Amino acid sequence: MNAPLNRRALLGLGAGLGIGVTFLGGQAFAASEGDLAKKKLVVVICRGGMDGLSVSPPVGDRDYAGLRGSIAFKPEEVLKLNGVFGLHPQLSTVHALAMKGQARIAPAIASPDRARSHFEAQDVLETGAAGVYGADTGWLNRTLEVLAPIRPVEGLSVGTTAPLILRGKVQAASWSPGKGVDESARLPTLLQDLYKTDPLLGPAFASGLETEAMAQQAITAMAATSTMNMGAADGQKRRGDETARKLGSTLGGFMIQPGGPQIAAISLDGFDTHAGQPGQIATRLSYLDAVLDGLHTGLGAEWKNTVVMAVTEFGRTARVNGTGGTDHGTASTGLILGGALKPGGIVGDWPGLAQNALFENRDTAPTLDMRALFKGVLTEHMGVDRALLETKVFPDSKTAKPLIGLV
Amino acid sequence: MSLPSKDMMAAIAVTRFGLGARPGEIEAATADPKGFLTAQIRREGADLPQDGGETSAQRFEAMRDFQQQRKTEREQKDGEAATKTQTFKDTQRALRDKIDADFLARARLAAGTNAAFCERWALFWANHFTVSSTKQITSVLIGPFEREAIRPYVFGSFENLLVASSTHPAMLTYLDQAQSIGPNSRASGAAARRGNGKAGLNENLAREILELHTVGVDAGYRQADVTEFARALTGFSIGRDPEDRAGQYVFRENAHEPGARTIMGRHYGQQGLKQGLAVLSDLAAHPDTARHICGKIARHFVSDTPPSSLTERLEQRWMETGGDLAKVAKALIDSPEAWAPTPAKLKTPYEYTLSTWRLIGAEPSAIERLAPILTGLGQKPFSAPSPKGWPDDAQTWAAPDALIKRMQWAQGFAAAIADRSDPNALAVQALGARLTPAVAKAVSRAETRREAFALLVMSPEFQRR
Repeated sequence: MNAPLNRRALLGLGAGLGIGVTFLGGQAFAASEGDLAKKKLVVVICRGGMDGLSVSPPVGDRDYAGLRGSIAFKPEEVLKLNGVFGLHPQLSTVHALAMKGQARIAPAIASPDRARSHFEAQDVLETGAAGVYGADTGWLNRTLEVLAPIRPVEGLSVGTTAPLILRGKVQAASWSPGKGVDESARLPTLLQDLYKTDPLLGPAFASGLETEAMAQQAITAMAATSTMNMGAADGQKRRGDETARKLGSTLGGFMIQPGGPQIAAISLDGFDTHAGQPGQIATRLSYLDAVLDGLHTGLGAEWKNTVVMAVTEFGRTARVNGTGGTDHGTASTGLILGGALKPGGIVGDWPGLAQNALFENRDTAPTLDMRALFKGVLTEHMGVDRALLETKVFPDSKTAKPLIGLV
Repeated sequence: MSLPSKDMMAAIAVTRFGLGARPGEIEAATADPKGFLTAQIRREGADLPQDGGETSAQRFEAMRDFQQQRKTEREQKDGEAATKTQTFKDTQRALRDKIDADFLARARLAAGTNAAFCERWALFWANHFTVSSTKQITSVLIGPFEREAIRPYVFGSFENLLVASSTHPAMLTYLDQAQSIGPNSRASGAAARRGNGKAGLNENLAREILELHTVGVDAGYRQADVTEFARALTGFSIGRDPEDRAGQYVFRENAHEPGARTIMGRHYGQQGLKQGLAVLSDLAAHPDTARHICGKIARHFVSDTPPSSLTERLEQRWMETGGDLAKVAKALIDSPEAWAPTPAKLKTPYEYTLSTWRLIGAEPSAIERLAPILTGLGQKPFSAPSPKGWPDDAQTWAAPDALIKRMQWAQGFAAAIADRSDPNALAVQALGARLTPAVAKAVSRAETRREAFALLVMSPEFQRR
């Protein structure tokens, strides 16, 4: 069945998957902005502590099988990347892109936080600070703030709650699938009047109305061009995959609209796999792969101007625990994808899994500060000024030098 | 700090401490606003929702049967995509209906109760000790958990509440404690002999008790403390059919890690169950627990950034009374900072929608009327995204898209009920002395009753508390 995307088809997208999309928009401002005005950046936050050793199993590492025991992959079970690493069998889109030089792994990446607390580590990931409570705004929002004088941008989040990564001085808009707003109705105008003096509700509501208008245009345009095959949906997982894929392609569709967002963030939940890990993580990685597949499709030719980074707050223990799962750890795998990416091997060093190489005799040791990755991509891909990067976007990050040469 | 007028205090008692005004509620609170709230503090705990009253043990067994049935079906059909039989679908539906019924009963209690501060206090603790339907086996236990482990204890000692939560099947499944086994326990030896190498320690519950339920993440504990505490908790489990206490909490002596423990600098030489309980007791009495939770109470009821004088007073009362939650609730009511006339909090989606039902003196009649809007606003019933529970700060819930969705819902609600109401009277009834001239004017000038109603429930005064 070929079903064009429309508002009705998008109702309920993301429900039950724990998926929320956030994006920050840039007005395609002036043609003179040239290439930079076309660049797109998507951050996928995998919440719950995604197990790096499942995302990119180091089947060629001699200590891997022993540590992982019952949940280890055999070398022939993974999608091979090189002599050491493969990708989880569910990550077929990522693997296909990797074969074209458009996806790379950072197998030992971590935030500067070491507390192994979800909530503290997610805060650090999203604020971009050196430690918890180091900032109360998100680094994507501060990116908009420093870009504003050069290319005025506005923020937009799709999803019902506002994630920390885009909270800050720039009012972030937000949108999620739902019924539209009748622009001729009196109520929105009357409410704007009532909210005049409310510093929180006033700007947020005005922004919501603007976004609704833009979303309606974007969806009309997508409905006209989309030929996405919806397929027959059997089983919860396959339905989940389809929903995730649609969410990704919807986001891609938004990003290629004239005046659409240049910067976006998506959240995926459910990576906290303390028990019975293999089935659980297979489902979640399959959603992740579907979102990325949808995004790739939805962006079409604009994929060449895009970088996507999928990161998590921390990795998990190198050893399997007593209940067929893993507990909170330190470094994990980050995925870096996009048509703008330069081909290459793994990003950052692989410390190995020998006992004396593990962090606190427990976790994959971090060799790459994720702020270095973020900073490299912001400066080389999005054209953020180096000095502002250090002072405004990622203060206290001197130890994490921008990772150069990815794009 | 001086207190506002009685009229203003009555409006605050009902909207900030409660769940929004039911008809006549503000008047009822006017003579003695503080006494109106204090009277809701009851040793026997919070009211129980009028649901089917099934126990967690019954629910646990029903879910286990279903999971067994599903396993059998999969084996027979050789693959998960196989067509489900009618019996299977019926069982699945019946389980979902139970969860829906639990949630609806709880929402009806919130919409109808005359003791809304008591209900808010219970909801605060249910969220503090979050269990979520993001785990299937836990989903059917959330209603029973609140009934059995939360509501009876919310005005008693914190230690009793902590123990009740930490030993309830809902928590034991949600945070993976039930299968955690001491690596040197007899059960582990037996598992190894059977060739089941998987059996061992799981530190999820131990970590979240420290981080979320008691001392908080910045209390200075380390990974070694988490692991030691996880060892102390081994044995906290759930009875399995055909054992006694099937589906109920049991302590499995043979799964407990032998030996003494050291946690956060304290030595625990006890054996078996006593060891875990001793740690819980010390954590409950820890000053960092008082600080962590009193800060959270102040942020929940008063302001996202509460004055330190308020949190310190609550903390002091907590420590003086050994975590007597009735006394802490009373201290909150007696704090002048809690009565500041400017409303600093934004209602969460649950508080917001239920306060709209309360405004018209009604209760949601079906889950279909309630669940879609809560899901749409990001607060899907019984589905907190993580063990940290739902956030309650304004930044989270005042996203632009959420305001658009609140407006669309308010329009729909207005279309269903507004033609029977007098909007000007409703505005006074909803906000009392908190009604501002701007909102009163907007309501009185509206073109239709529907528009007036939607303006009222979308006004900053109604959305804030």
